[in-house]
Amino acid sequence: MIRFLGLRLARAMLTIVLVVTFAFVVLRMSGDPAMTIMSPEAPAEAIAAFRKAWGLDQPIWLQYLHYFGAILQGELGQSMRDGRPALVLVVERIPATLLLTVPALLLKIGLGLPAGIYAALHRNSLADRMVMAGAVAGFTVPSFVLGLLLVLLFAVQLGWLPSGGQESWRSMILPVITLGLGGAGILARFTRSAMLEVLGQPYIRTASAKGVPWALVVRGHALPNAAIPTVTIIGFMIGSLIAGAVVVESVFSWPGVGRLLVVAVANRDLAVVQCILLLVATTMVSANLIVDLLYGVLDPRLRGGGH
Amino acid sequence: MAGLVSIRNLRVRFDGNEALRGVDFDVARGEAVGLVGESGCGKSVTWLAALGLLPGKATITGSVMLDGHELLGAPASQLDHVRGGRIAMIFQDPASALNPVHRVGRQVTEALRLHRGMDGAAARAEARRLFDLVGIPDAGRRIEAYPHEMSGGQNQRVMIAMALAGQPELLIADEPTTALDATIQAQILDLLRRLQAETGMALVLISHDLGVVAEMCTRVGVMYGGRIIEEAAEADLFARPGHPYTQGLLAARPDMAGPRRRLEAINGGVPEPWNFPPGCAFAPRCTVMTAACDAEVPALHTIATGHRAACWRAG
Ligand SMILES: Nc1ncnc2c1ncn2[C@@H]1O[C@H](COP(=O)(O)OP(=O)(O)O)[C@@H](O)[C@H]1O
Ligand SMILES: [Mg+2]
Repeated sequence: MIRFLGLRLARAMLTIVLVVTFAFVVLRMSGDPAMTIMSPEAPAEAIAAFRKAWGLDQPIWLQYLHYFGAILQGELGQSMRDGRPALVLVVERIPATLLLTVPALLLKIGLGLPAGIYAALHRNSLADRMVMAGAVAGFTVPSFVLGLLLVLLFAVQLGWLPSGGQESWRSMILPVITLGLGGAGILARFTRSAMLEVLGQPYIRTASAKGVPWALVVRGHALPNAAIPTVTIIGFMIGSLIAGAVVVESVFSWPGVGRLLVVAVANRDLAVVQCILLLVATTMVSANLIVDLLYGVLDPRLRGGGH
Repeated sequence: MAGLVSIRNLRVRFDGNEALRGVDFDVARGEAVGLVGESGCGKSVTWLAALGLLPGKATITGSVMLDGHELLGAPASQLDHVRGGRIAMIFQDPASALNPVHRVGRQVTEALRLHRGMDGAAARAEARRLFDLVGIPDAGRRIEAYPHEMSGGQNQRVMIAMALAGQPELLIADEPTTALDATIQAQILDLLRRLQAETGMALVLISHDLGVVAEMCTRVGVMYGGRIIEEAAEADLFARPGHPYTQGLLAARPDMAGPRRRLEAINGGVPEPWNFPPGCAFAPRCTVMTAACDAEVPALHTIATGHRAACWRAG
């Protein structure tokens, strides 16, 4: 178990390093921040000074080494825009994002799990077909399309809900639904297929053959087995709590991490972008680690040691 | 002997294909009866249908009486009482027949709770006793194990302990040793024989191995193409097989005692449910078929006392 965890931890660190490196390279190669921030008409001396101040005049590998060394010391740099520490800028946006993504996650689970289980238990019924059609629609319609449709209907036509901003809890409703529906569809489909797979297993027939009532077969024998693959998807969703709302935050002009990312990329505010990517990678990787641990709890076959 | 289970004209369809085409079969109290036939003949489906364990897409007609009570179409609450409580069933592959996420002891105590109202320490003590009874060493510790931590033979013993937990009047053992290696096979069969003698429960042993059935059972039914095509006392069947299919099965048996001879396997294969011949299902493979065999399905008829066969030429 210790070995298993150590291995997973090492893999997690490697993933983060790769993400950080990749982001660094792509960002440095996709345009000159000095030009974007200073505007092209700025005098050449000013641009050169800006480059020097931010270390952009050095070779890229040296920049990378500096950057990496700084990260190791917990130093994530300053925003090129307003000079404040990038980390502070990012962290103060996190609550707003979580205000959307956490309720959306609950919506995904609360809607997706029961729908998937119900569909599997009533395979090929009208309800099953409806759940599956809804699920397909839920994750094939891009979230900006769904978001705009909801805005058109509930904000513009009916005038029931605000179309954006962060004035009251009512502004949360449309973005949360937009975020939640697609995920609920994905989760419903996964849960359904996991349940169908498990319901076809011989041990389900064994449970029925020994006289376990069907409701108990489902609860005590099928669900604990179907939970194992389903947890992977939920873990992935938890991993995207920070970064999963980029599009929706933009559509609803919600001041979260996602919007900050869009603005920072447009401005080539490298430190901020890198800080967000580092944070996103860390959440994803941590969620994966938790999923790995949960596997051990849910599936005795994956538990090392013990007996 | 008093009748226990009586199956009449049992028919099962999957997606419009008839897999069982009118099975008639009886099991008396306390008897050990064998059910043989090549794979795909309908042996498993017969008992899964009787216990309501087939998937919903299966259409089942006919009658399965347990002690004078109809099981087909009985409400689930009644079937849950019968399953495990009066008729228990164990399966071919014990490794996949046990739930991988539950400890084996818990899978046994679940049956104890359902059928004997036992809970907590009493259930655990009884589970331990059952583990001892089926020959699992170190029962007190093994009830804490998970199925993947045990061998195939041990898992099959757990399945048997689980089946015994409800003190059933009939145990259906569906190829209980097919997935196990030879020495373990013999041990499990010994165990079943001993338990049957000790508890007085009836046993239906499903097997494609005539030798296994000959050792264990007093009466044998032979299935082919979704029907019983011959039925007789064990000695009768082996001495005077009436159906060419049974004769073929006997001829194809490797003879352990005598000198090695060539296996006279029956040519061809079992017909699929969507592709049954119009007359006798065995006709295409039969060496002695006549025109009548293709015209009409021969009924199961008495050819000697206690010996029935479904062949136009037998009798
Ligand atoms: N769930 C099912 N769906 C469709 N066909 C099935 C199903 N179960 C069994 N069959 C068919 O019924 C026939 C009898 O199968 P079975 O009773 O398992 O044979 P066996 O004598 O080997 O136990 C086979 O042709 C098999 O393909
Ligand atoms: Mg079978």
